[in-house]
Amino acid sequence: MHVSLRSGVYADSVKLMQVSKAVGARDGVTAVLVAMATPLNLELAAGMGLDPGEEARPDQLLVALRAVDDAELAAAVTAVEVALTAREERGSADAVPARTVGFALAEEADTPLAVVSVPGPYAVAEAMDAVAAGRSVLVFSDGVPVEHEVALKAAAHEAGVLVMGPDCGTAIVGGVALGFANVVRRGPVGLVAASGTGAQQVSCLLDMAGVGVSHVLGTGGRDLSAAVGGRATLDALAMLDADDATERVLLVSKPPAPEVAEEVGRTAAGLSTPFSSAALSADSPDLTAAVEALLREMGTEVPVWPTRSGADREVPAGAVLKGFYSGGTLADEAMLVAAPALGDVRSNTPLRPELDLGADFGATGHVVVDFGDDALTVGRAHPMIDPTLRLEAVAGLAASGEPAVLLMDVVLGYGADPDPAGALVPAIRDLPFPVVVAVVGTEGDPQGWSRQADALAAAGAHVFASNSAATRFAVDLIGA
Amino acid sequence: MVAAGVDVFSDALRAQGVGVTDVEWRPPTIGLADDLTQLALDPRRAAANRVAVERVLASRSTLVDVRPATEVLGLTGRTLLHSGPPLTWETASGPMRGALIGACLFEGWADTPEAAEALLAAGGVELDSCHHHRAVGPMAGVTSPSMWMWCLADPTDGREAYSNLNEGLGKVLRMGAYGPEVIERLHWMTTVLGPVLQAAVRSRTEPLDVTGILAQMLQMGDEAHNRNRAGSLMTLRELSPSIVAVDAPKSDIAEVLRFIGGNEHFFLNLGMPSAKLAMDAVGSVPGSTMVTTLARNGTEFGIRTAGTGDRWFTAPANTPVGLFLGDYGPDDANPDIGDSAIMETYGIGGFCMAAAPAIVRFVGGTVPDALATTERMYQITLAESPALQVPILGFRGAPTGIDVLKVARTGWLPQINTGMAGRVAGTGQVGAGLVQPPAACFEQAVAALAEESRAALG
Repeated sequence: MHVSLRSGVYADSVKLMQVSKAVGARDGVTAVLVAMATPLNLELAAGMGLDPGEEARPDQLLVALRAVDDAELAAAVTAVEVALTAREERGSADAVPARTVGFALAEEADTPLAVVSVPGPYAVAEAMDAVAAGRSVLVFSDGVPVEHEVALKAAAHEAGVLVMGPDCGTAIVGGVALGFANVVRRGPVGLVAASGTGAQQVSCLLDMAGVGVSHVLGTGGRDLSAAVGGRATLDALAMLDADDATERVLLVSKPPAPEVAEEVGRTAAGLSTPFSSAALSADSPDLTAAVEALLREMGTEVPVWPTRSGADREVPAGAVLKGFYSGGTLADEAMLVAAPALGDVRSNTPLRPELDLGADFGATGHVVVDFGDDALTVGRAHPMIDPTLRLEAVAGLAASGEPAVLLMDVVLGYGADPDPAGALVPAIRDLPFPVVVAVVGTEGDPQGWSRQADALAAAGAHVFASNSAATRFAVDLIGA
Repeated sequence: MVAAGVDVFSDALRAQGVGVTDVEWRPPTIGLADDLTQLALDPRRAAANRVAVERVLASRSTLVDVRPATEVLGLTGRTLLHSGPPLTWETASGPMRGALIGACLFEGWADTPEAAEALLAAGGVELDSCHHHRAVGPMAGVTSPSMWMWCLADPTDGREAYSNLNEGLGKVLRMGAYGPEVIERLHWMTTVLGPVLQAAVRSRTEPLDVTGILAQMLQMGDEAHNRNRAGSLMTLRELSPSIVAVDAPKSDIAEVLRFIGGNEHFFLNLGMPSAKLAMDAVGSVPGSTMVTTLARNGTEFGIRTAGTGDRWFTAPANTPVGLFLGDYGPDDANPDIGDSAIMETYGIGGFCMAAAPAIVRFVGGTVPDALATTERMYQITLAESPALQVPILGFRGAPTGIDVLKVARTGWLPQINTGMAGRVAGTGQVGAGLVQPPAACFEQAVAALAEESRAALG
């Protein structure tokens, strides 16, 4: 047992409780009390059988220990000394990272925009933080209930900001590419896009024609549905109309709901900026044609869109079209272009409900699969990043022996696979039938249009910058 | 730009030379996604929360009187108030039972602890929450009709809030002790301390500005929950001239001054009703997700919100982690107890840990931990107090107004600094440490607020 009283030593009670705890944790120490000798602490010591047995003053430090043997006791007394004089870590905190968009924006007053790609069920809360802070937001997440999308966009309209999404993968704001977007020059054309890959095709072709974009404002694939009513599209049109850098406005979308089309048409007619539409439908099936029409309106020469010739493989007798796409709008365009020549094309995103393929990607006949469809991206990355599913389908097609012409897209730009051709080349090099690829991108993209096109052509693919041109080429090969 | 979610977006932005702040987002573990979205989209929320927190920030507290609970609260017959959400004798923990027994002995309702227990077990004493009576009490918070209470008032609207007087440290009623020395001290507090303080407080020309003392405490190393040293000394300094002028025997005056000076938590029972006064100013604000009460009764933790009014959301209380007196250890500690978490509800205590780094050492933490704790609390609160500031953070205002929605979204629960009572009735204090509310309280609050939101918005 060691009991001592020391004068001229002071430590606050927290420090002393820490010392007691640290020393008490030693093996061999059976009781410990290191405390100022206040009446309360002396009472505690007495209760532990560690009474100092002499008159004590509250300004004295009581060190009272019991241990299994003398060696342990001496070591414990030394440990008390060490603990009393130990220096603690100084006060400077590492920055505590923001857990919410709201807090991050509050700390970043100059930030104009937030990007939200958290899982869909939680995306609206994060996006609403941005709206509440008066900032526009791109919501990449899908799986957001439509009524929440409506409420979010209504709040954004009130706040005078834009919600791009949910399920918006592509935007270019003030020259900054967000999500899946290409390196294109800046210029006079403002795009409003309910379709990501559609906007990529259009902005890349414009870039190849020497025409730049002011902004590409995504709206989310569901914006032009009756339920959402084109809320983001209407706001985006107004924003581009008010933007000094924008001299032309082009709307890129799948077919809108009729009542929404009417409302968008009314708004577009009221714009002071010339407006044109590249809304895909059976009547206007071709994004490239829409770009060409715009170029002519602008008095710009329409270039010859780049192509690369591939291997001269024989078209098997009775060949069918197999379109394996990563871009949803590009898949739609392929079906719209092919259907008049080939007849019905079955798909997981069919033109008509009765053509629904379900999950049977190995089905025979003319088939176009959109591997980027929400149903196929649950729990896995988009096929523009992860080619696994599409490569499996290519291998399955080769193994099936069905006579075919394979049509695919390769989308370049920020966010996409750094070398998509590299992944496709081994899969298509030895196929016994023709392969046609639409490479959507620019020379300025990190992957480089020519590098990708050359690699694919060397593996036997016929390569096009225009998806509709690629589709027509494939259809012509089939010879329908 | 600010980016939340997958890295590819921020990587692509950085590749373009754009500065990106990444949100360290985590899937919320509190509340259903649909409920969180419902609250996030509720158009009433922003304005309602602004109203709620501005009421808190506008509240001021002054010490206006000291009076017995019978007069202040109109407590009659055999009624005892306790801390936390409502409870019964059957569900009461050891220290709560000890304090209730002690109060029965003190009031003379029973002659022995056994008789007191029998009386309480037979339902012979009415129990109710302090919070239901504009009052708060530390630890067991047991307040009986004869006890004297601090009366705090908001000078702008005259509203009042109350707390009993602090007994000191060690074996005390609020920690569940009820031995003869405890009862004797309570009698002295009733016959000497209360009347002397009443005369002293009433003799002042200006009521004591308690909010002002709280502001100074944060500049002096107190966080006003587990560390009240500066506050207690300032209170003693303010009251001493009036105390010595009270017409009472010199020996009583000396004993009162010695009692106050010897209790470094003396101020706590002035700080708590001041915080209560501020939170009571909020009342019911439909659409607000702000917390108005955090309180524990030793068995359950209870919270209330501005959007759901008087309704309690309760769950079994956690046991604090910290340092122990003498050879007490973790097995001796009772689950979390006391109304003192009103300090955190008000934005100080654990929320201002950065102002009182001494406190974080209760769990072996460091000064950087103290700073980080307060930084985290900014992410779960609605405003920064202009009156209460943290020097080391550049005099940033205390993180005020806990937002249920932010707690759920960040997963960061309010940090509370607290004393620890022995789990066996009669033990007294065994230590002090840190604790958090159970997540279940916030889960219930999210669900109820979302339900109210759906009903209100149709």
